[in-house]
Amino acid sequence: MKFLILSLLAAMALPAQVSNDRLLHPDREPQNWLTYSGSYSSQRYSLLDQITPQNVKNLEVQWVFQARSLEKFETTPLVVDGVMYIVEAPNHVFALDAKTGRAFWDYDYRPSRDARPCCGSVNRGVAILGDTLFMGTLDARLLAIDAKSGRPIWKTEIADPKLGYTITHAPLVVKNKVIVGVAGGEYGIRGFVAAYDAATGKEAWKFYTIPGPGEAGHESWSADSWAHGGVPAWLTGSYDPELNLVYWGTGNPGPDFNGDLRPGDNLYSDSAVALDADTGKLKWYFQFTPHDEYDFDAVQIPVLVDGTWKGTPRKMLMWANRNGYFYVLDRATGKFLSGAPFTKLNWSTGLDEAGRPMRNSSAEPNAQGVMVYPNLFGGTNWYSPSYSPRTHLFYIPSWQDSSMTLGKVSGDFSPGQRYMGGTIRPGGAQTKRGAENTPVENTNYGAILAMDPATGQTKWQFKMTDLTASGVLTTASDLLFAGGREGYFYALDARTGAELWKASLGGSEEAAPVTYRVGDKQYVSIAAGHALFTFALRN
Amino acid sequence: MLVYNFAPMKRCIHALAAMPAVVMLIAPLAAQQHSYSPAEVATGKELFTVQCQPCHGPNGDLVAGIDMRKGEFKRVSTDEEISRIILNGVPGTGMPPFSLPEASRAALVAYIRSLHESGARATPAGDPQRGQQIFESKGECLNCHRVDGKGSRKGPDLSDIGAIRNAAALEHSILDPADAIIPQQRMVHAVTKNGTAISGMRLNEDTHTVQLIDDSGRLVSLTKADLREYTLLKTTPMPSYQGKLTPQEVADVVSYLTTLKGLP
Repeated sequence: MKFLILSLLAAMALPAQVSNDRLLHPDREPQNWLTYSGSYSSQRYSLLDQITPQNVKNLEVQWVFQARSLEKFETTPLVVDGVMYIVEAPNHVFALDAKTGRAFWDYDYRPSRDARPCCGSVNRGVAILGDTLFMGTLDARLLAIDAKSGRPIWKTEIADPKLGYTITHAPLVVKNKVIVGVAGGEYGIRGFVAAYDAATGKEAWKFYTIPGPGEAGHESWSADSWAHGGVPAWLTGSYDPELNLVYWGTGNPGPDFNGDLRPGDNLYSDSAVALDADTGKLKWYFQFTPHDEYDFDAVQIPVLVDGTWKGTPRKMLMWANRNGYFYVLDRATGKFLSGAPFTKLNWSTGLDEAGRPMRNSSAEPNAQGVMVYPNLFGGTNWYSPSYSPRTHLFYIPSWQDSSMTLGKVSGDFSPGQRYMGGTIRPGGAQTKRGAENTPVENTNYGAILAMDPATGQTKWQFKMTDLTASGVLTTASDLLFAGGREGYFYALDARTGAELWKASLGGSEEAAPVTYRVGDKQYVSIAAGHALFTFALRN
Repeated sequence: MLVYNFAPMKRCIHALAAMPAVVMLIAPLAAQQHSYSPAEVATGKELFTVQCQPCHGPNGDLVAGIDMRKGEFKRVSTDEEISRIILNGVPGTGMPPFSLPEASRAALVAYIRSLHESGARATPAGDPQRGQQIFESKGECLNCHRVDGKGSRKGPDLSDIGAIRNAAALEHSILDPADAIIPQQRMVHAVTKNGTAISGMRLNEDTHTVQLIDDSGRLVSLTKADLREYTLLKTTPMPSYQGKLTPQEVADVVSYLTTLKGLP
């Protein structure tokens, strides 16, 4: 009897806190989605397999969460033991019952009006450690919030929003630290990635993405251009516990489109940086687009893959870049292993042996304007890709055949003001379309690509009429979930790209889908338009 | 980090939305003060395409209160004033400052002035009443077009065409319609799997469906998976009126069309 009572108590006990051990081993609890990208490797691959290619046609809506905000809804949920955490723009956090969508609590942080985000007052999600959630805010604060009550615990000022600094991405928790970067690359900021003590919010380390005087790489900037050279870091990174390295993507140098004001490679803009998780010290970097004049931020999710490369075991870093190339790097050393274009591009004629792009001088910005492929939104952007260890394919939410006419202008730096150095207009079809779209065939369209990293070849492509800003999710049953601007939410066969199921959600998916399980039921969720939709198999 | 949509376009929309309806400080027709070389005009055109066209439109008439073809501006008159406003912008409006060197600004002014000249000579003076007659009889325009509830729905409704196209563009559409076709006016031809043929003007299209208005004026939505054939036509059914109407008749029709402003 005593044993029975103890067992009952154990069953009713509150779920365990989210320990570092749990964050290190999400494969032991595929029912949860504990980090922005599903795991430290950021593969966005789930072991759940209740939903299969055979039964996916039986998916139906279980519940819908309607946002109050009319801003873009870019949240990627976390799911922890039946509780879902989402953020509605700009910084309104909700804890929902993952089974019904009903709220346990909400916390509406109102960012200062000093915030001046370039591209929408959005937020992409939270991180968790123990019983504490962490959220970066539009006014460049880092907030710790009690995951059980929604009450704020501490708030740290990361940077001055009046100068253009802001935070829109979900932080990354590593050990006892919360790591975030800043946005503001259009305002002449000096970007950084920094770590804060999870218990106190005190800064533990800070890595400036532009080296200061006396530091290696500083010579890649001229005069004082480094001081307001941009290089933000506005998306969540990844982590390799064995190497103890955090991987982060960095953004464009500023001004975006006029490199005359900053001769040199402009390190560490448009780069993958590998930082020591304890100290923030730079272990290596790989610059995808030296001396960028196209706004080709390397602000994508770094995807960590272990496998063999040309017969040798390798710890790899796979990266579909905004500049239109797909890269494979050695993530222990930063060595370039391969690179191949995955969309039409003309700014570069290829990559050399070290992976450095060879520039096409006839596509460099000038005052008269020049046609550039891809356009500034890139071959892909911040939209999360996925890698399936079953298919060994890397899935890219891509833009195909996009172009822009780019004109270079001069301009003086003024703190907190836009610092762009150019003007842009779309080529071909417009990139923003309305309720009625009349697209031009094969111009500026979205496609999910299945890239074979070993060959750089696209194995299949799923073409959409409109563009996409949706992330991708793959599962152990070889399903791929993704959306697009048209508001269709798809389940594809991850091996062939065949469309197996779709739902029309009536608004663009500008977030990434997640999957989780409560009880014996697998769910799939994605934000579309101004609502979050959750599906499961019909009973 | 730009991940949003094109900022200049956004600024245009804001600028138009924020335009005060009452006060339009339209300067009198500005006289050209200098003569410019063709090379300057050509350079100015290139600059204009990149820098100005996104907001002002190809004819310089998309911002309310400004019509460069007519030499109408809100705040400027002389070449120097145009050059200065390019450099400094207009605070509080959608007109941003452009830090262009003086030579580039001079080239832009040259092109903007050339727009005025070409706009002035685009069409001989026409008579709108005669134009309406030709439009409705000899031109047989109502067989495809519709104005104020009269005519067919096969082609674009022209009830407000005078508010969105200037005379030169209208003349171009009449004389060379194939060259003037835009994505919003593409015709589609579809055949369903059971053999029904449908033709009409495309209103909307996505990956799986297409919405159109068919030749008999019905709003039709088709699922591509149900179609045996789906063609987006690259041509226009509209004939060229070059040689079919005299230049004066064309001018009359253009003149009539420019009076069509839609509901106030």
